[in-house]
Amino acid sequence: MCLAIPGQILEVMGAAESRSARVDFGGIVRQVHLLFVPEAQVGDFVMVHVGFAISVVDAQEAERTYEVLQALELLDDEPKPAPSEMP
Amino acid sequence: MKYIDEYRDPEIACALVANISNRVTQPWVLMEICGGQTHTIMRYGLDELIPPQLELVHGPGCPVCVTPLEMIDKAIALASRSDVILVSYGDMLRVPGSRSDLFRAKAAGGDVRVVYSPMEAVKIAQANPERNVVFFAVGFETTAPANGMAAWQANQLGLTNFSMLVSHVLVPPAIRLLLRQPSNRVQGFIAPGHVCTVMGYKEYEELVEEFRVPIVVGGFEPLDLLEAVLMLVEQLEAGQAQMENQYVRSVARAGNVQAQEIMKTVFEICDRKWRGIGSIDASGLRLRPEFAAYDAERVFGIEETGAEEPGECISALVLQGLKKPHECTAFGTRCTPENPLGAPMVSAEGACAAYYRYRRHTVARQEAACPK
Repeated sequence: MCLAIPGQILEVMGAAESRSARVDFGGIVRQVHLLFVPEAQVGDFVMVHVGFAISVVDAQEAERTYEVLQALELLDDEPKPAPSEMP
Repeated sequence: MKYIDEYRDPEIACALVANISNRVTQPWVLMEICGGQTHTIMRYGLDELIPPQLELVHGPGCPVCVTPLEMIDKAIALASRSDVILVSYGDMLRVPGSRSDLFRAKAAGGDVRVVYSPMEAVKIAQANPERNVVFFAVGFETTAPANGMAAWQANQLGLTNFSMLVSHVLVPPAIRLLLRQPSNRVQGFIAPGHVCTVMGYKEYEELVEEFRVPIVVGGFEPLDLLEAVLMLVEQLEAGQAQMENQYVRSVARAGNVQAQEIMKTVFEICDRKWRGIGSIDASGLRLRPEFAAYDAERVFGIEETGAEEPGECISALVLQGLKKPHECTAFGTRCTPENPLGAPMVSAEGACAAYYRYRRHTVARQEAACPK
């Protein structure tokens, strides 16, 4: 129930309490309330839960931490199983 | 999809597993609190990828599972009234009450409607002025601001035919209860990423301080969870107990202040009974007196029922991480998602449902194997 899915804002409508957006979830577009994320703009990714955006994805933090993960892969000198061999 | 696909990269997952294996020198017991995280772990077999010294136990973070039996009975009683439209999240429909469930109440002629967002319940009330619309407001902190907005909006619109049956729960008091029990085995926690998106993680810092236990806020994709496990293992092996945040792309330390404001405007903290666990002090939310007109329990004066759980169901132990679902004698036979004895077999976040969906064949094979 605490599922939240990232989607990208295509268009912003309304203001204050009724501020909402059309949000693209990998091709499926839904209307989302923006009340809790007044800073959200067109192009931003938002995490959406029961029709409300609960955060704007921090693109810089995401990139920085993902680079750390990728570096982990490069550093890993253990022989890696091919993805198809993974259980 | 961006922010999903890259966090399922199998090569990075293997690198994380290798890193975890390099760090582990002794057994550790970790708990993922949120049922959504449990499902990711089962779906991708993360518990089988990590070294065998690490045990993942599954926490109480499934709102459908911990909604008390009495509340389900109250929802069924409301749904059976001809003047009521009962509106609910889909997960609640098959949750067993003491004698029936909402699905059967609907089959018997009750007007039960499923919504994706609480604001749809408000729209149903606007469209049906001659009927009473009751929204079954369950969930953790992630859902409370959205559900609170439904009451707030109904108030703005001056609706007199809308109310909510509120059974909201809060995560930190449940974790505190688990940690205080002498039977507790958990040595590190993965905190629920979306609850913390709303609330931040200051409350979890208090738990780290009080119990000297490491807590890492974790996301919901396989790489998120493996990284959170790595962060916990690094702390445990170094003898540390700190608060860390793995899910930085969504979680800030202070959380979402706007969402917290709505919660505080509409709800207040109360004691709450958790299904399978019992009453926990200051572990729930109820409507503030200013919003009493939207409290379905007051509006309809519903009686308390002295309901009891089916004897065979061990969901209480499963929800506290003391037993695994397949250790239940009814698992997969007398208890299935179609005919559940307990709530954890129903919900998309329940541990029993996760084991049933992803593990029942392996579990059966292991049990059928010859003893060594």
